[in-house]
Amino acid sequence: MSHKDLSRVNVGILALQGDFEAHQRMLEERVGVATSLVRTPRELATVDALVLPGGESTTIGKLMERIGLDRAIRERAQQGMPLFGTCAGLILLAQDIEGRPEQPTLGLLPITVARNAFGRQVDSFEADIPVQLRPDGPSELMRGVFIRAPYVTCVEPEVQILARFQGKVVAVRQERILAIAFHPELTDDPRIHAFFVDLIPAAS
Amino acid sequence: MSDFEAQKSTWRTKVGLAEMLKGGVIMDVVTPEQAIIAEEAGAVAVMALERVPADIRKEGGVARMSDPAMIREIMNAVTIPVMAKCRIGHFVEAQILEALGVDFIDESEVLTPADEENHVNKHAFKVPFVCGCRDLGEALRRIAEGAAMIRTKGEAGTGNIVEAVRHMRTVMKEIRRIQSMREDELMVAAKELRAPYELVVEVHQTGKLPVPNFSAGGVATPADAALMMQLGAEAVFVGSGIFKSSNPKARARAIVDAVTHYNNPEVLKEVSMGLGDCMPGLDVRTLSEAERMAVRGW
Repeated sequence: MSHKDLSRVNVGILALQGDFEAHQRMLEERVGVATSLVRTPRELATVDALVLPGGESTTIGKLMERIGLDRAIRERAQQGMPLFGTCAGLILLAQDIEGRPEQPTLGLLPITVARNAFGRQVDSFEADIPVQLRPDGPSELMRGVFIRAPYVTCVEPEVQILARFQGKVVAVRQERILAIAFHPELTDDPRIHAFFVDLIPAAS
Repeated sequence: MSDFEAQKSTWRTKVGLAEMLKGGVIMDVVTPEQAIIAEEAGAVAVMALERVPADIRKEGGVARMSDPAMIREIMNAVTIPVMAKCRIGHFVEAQILEALGVDFIDESEVLTPADEENHVNKHAFKVPFVCGCRDLGEALRRIAEGAAMIRTKGEAGTGNIVEAVRHMRTVMKEIRRIQSMREDELMVAAKELRAPYELVVEVHQTGKLPVPNFSAGGVATPADAALMMQLGAEAVFVGSGIFKSSNPKARARAIVDAVTHYNNPEVLKEVSMGLGDCMPGLDVRTLSEAERMAVRGW
């Protein structure tokens, strides 16, 4: 783990809708990094990375388009800004959604996802999930909170699979983009958030 | 690969769904077509019911759980979560809604209460519940019974925000009061609030309700919705306000935008323009005690 100067890093959290405050709490109180809520392209310009929270992917997708944040986020991503999505955030990062070609996404990860793939709310669940964050690192057990959760049905070879549950892909990474089907932000475990902060290039 | 055991419907998954709805708008709909309009506008969830509160008010009689077939049609029409209402204390209506697979049950004062002493034991269900409140004590009693989300009641079906404001201000004021107390004063506070001591201690420590706190009852304009957010609501329910207005599509979208950008008067100005007529409003002071829905719940 690198020991760069976290005091110069500002992690943005997309705050159009969803559990953005849970991400903010995790990053500020447990990882110890400054955050800003992002609701406009102007606010996006001030951050070094962006978290896409859980929430309703249809709602967040529409709100991003209405304010021009979809274009702005794609531009920043092309310039190398790290992105981390949980649940709805994973859906928004995906290139394709099973059976819903009309739903807007950012299309930044070459994966296909299925929405509500584990079922409706009565099927929401928690389980211990083995997660391998680093290719050369250990597989670690983490508490996965799955809420009307999606999973990944198809990944291109350049995408690294970090976790599976019941054979389904539930965590992936490509370069500086991290996408998780469950909600580490609803637990007290900062490992995934800390791993994401490590992907942020040291502030110059 | 080894599989680990999944625990379904934990407290964390129930409150977690409420967390996911934060910053959003939950809209009352009576048909699949309205549900699709709501989803298109950016609603985070819909409340499926046969009559919106304004019509329940007008038509009178006993208001009950909606026809499950009608709720199912709405569930099939949209991908966002679908909520439905059961009567206060009517745990069999709740069992039916759970068997149907709705995503949230609203044990709601908008329907005619089935029990004038007890609410549903919500811990006994896999599906999460939302309940209304007018003050902190009522909120904490509902949470103790298992509600995973609280909404201040307002006065449904009036298009008048005054009661929603009163209830949200009351809850927030009482939270601040509990927060500022000495620890040795909390037992008496719990007694006065008629609320469980442990939950009063939690409010004292965290300065907020143990579950997400939404607003309902009387929202008719984008400004109303943003007002409730600025007063401390974490999301907004809109009942009659959208589909009883002259241009539901535009109003629905404007209210969604207003809840997201509730602190940005520039955006609020833009989205408030040219929305057509609001639903007709009611002066709450002209309602008799029997006509008030907010007083239902114990």
